[in-house]
Amino acid sequence: MSEAVMGSEAAIEPTGKRGVEHDFSRDKQVFPVPWGKAMMWIFLLSDTFIFSCFLVSYMKVRISTTDPWPNPSEVFGLTLFGVSVPLLLIAIMTFVLITSSGTMALAVNYGYRKDRKKTFWLMVATALLGATFVSMQAFEWTKLIMEGVRPWENPFGAAQFGSSFFMITGFHGMHVSAGVIYLLVVANRVRNGFYERRGGKYEIVEIAGLYWHFVDLVWVFIFAFFYLW
Amino acid sequence: MASAEGQQHPLKIYWIMWGALFVLSGFSYATDFMPDGALRTALILTFMMLKAGGIVWIFMHMGWERLSLKLAILAPPVAILVLIWLMSYEGHYVENNRIDNYGESTFEPEAPHH
Repeated sequence: MSEAVMGSEAAIEPTGKRGVEHDFSRDKQVFPVPWGKAMMWIFLLSDTFIFSCFLVSYMKVRISTTDPWPNPSEVFGLTLFGVSVPLLLIAIMTFVLITSSGTMALAVNYGYRKDRKKTFWLMVATALLGATFVSMQAFEWTKLIMEGVRPWENPFGAAQFGSSFFMITGFHGMHVSAGVIYLLVVANRVRNGFYERRGGKYEIVEIAGLYWHFVDLVWVFIFAFFYLW
Repeated sequence: MASAEGQQHPLKIYWIMWGALFVLSGFSYATDFMPDGALRTALILTFMMLKAGGIVWIFMHMGWERLSLKLAILAPPVAILVLIWLMSYEGHYVENNRIDNYGESTFEPEAPHH
């Protein structure tokens, strides 16, 4: 297909419902985005189902157990200056993760503006906030384990509490840890000019950003269903 | 708007979304101080959906993508609602069976200490 024909086709690209028809039947790539971005979205879709399975099984064991469910706002409470504050550490972790999502969004923006220095530092800040989140989670796990919470029993109520907690937060923490490594690798490549030598495209920053925002997104659901419910 | 140069939007929209996420998370946390009930549950779900929507629509740029990508990614998770319905139905059935056959729980919980 000649350049002129492609150009005129792009100009009349339909949108809305007609656009869906057009995209899926045009005998070439369906999604007009970089392939890496389409694949990241499809990976995140599959990850959505994995986390949904965890959260749905948590719902099921919580409904079906006859033992009382431990009250998360007490179990995850911290005593500060003699005052017991419910869910304090979890609230701080939530704000840390949101902050990291904000710095990541800015990094994507500066990436497309080809401001390599700002992109690098914003990605490093995002990774550091992610590492902070994982460290606080390690503290939380240590505290709960010392209080006798195990995947098979705990002194506060239904045994299923421990198995759901370690499974869900563990899998999420693993995602955050992997994200920190991923971000640092991409940030380093932004800094050393790796992408400049490959045509100066910075969509990889957006793709890494998609993964990072997804990790934050999953935490929104874990926070609501596991900690608040 | 998704041109060859990728997703470029004014920075202001990110700052607004960032602020909104902080405020909504504050509201989410505040529901923990409310008495249990339908209102608290409704608020937890509302703030959760608003936060999730904002992250996907603005931070992940889904709002600026073409409808075909939006549908391909956002429509399949709707099927999870069926799984939620099935599992909550079965969960209540199992709970009732346990009470009928093994009786009520005799578990004596300890109060959490910190």
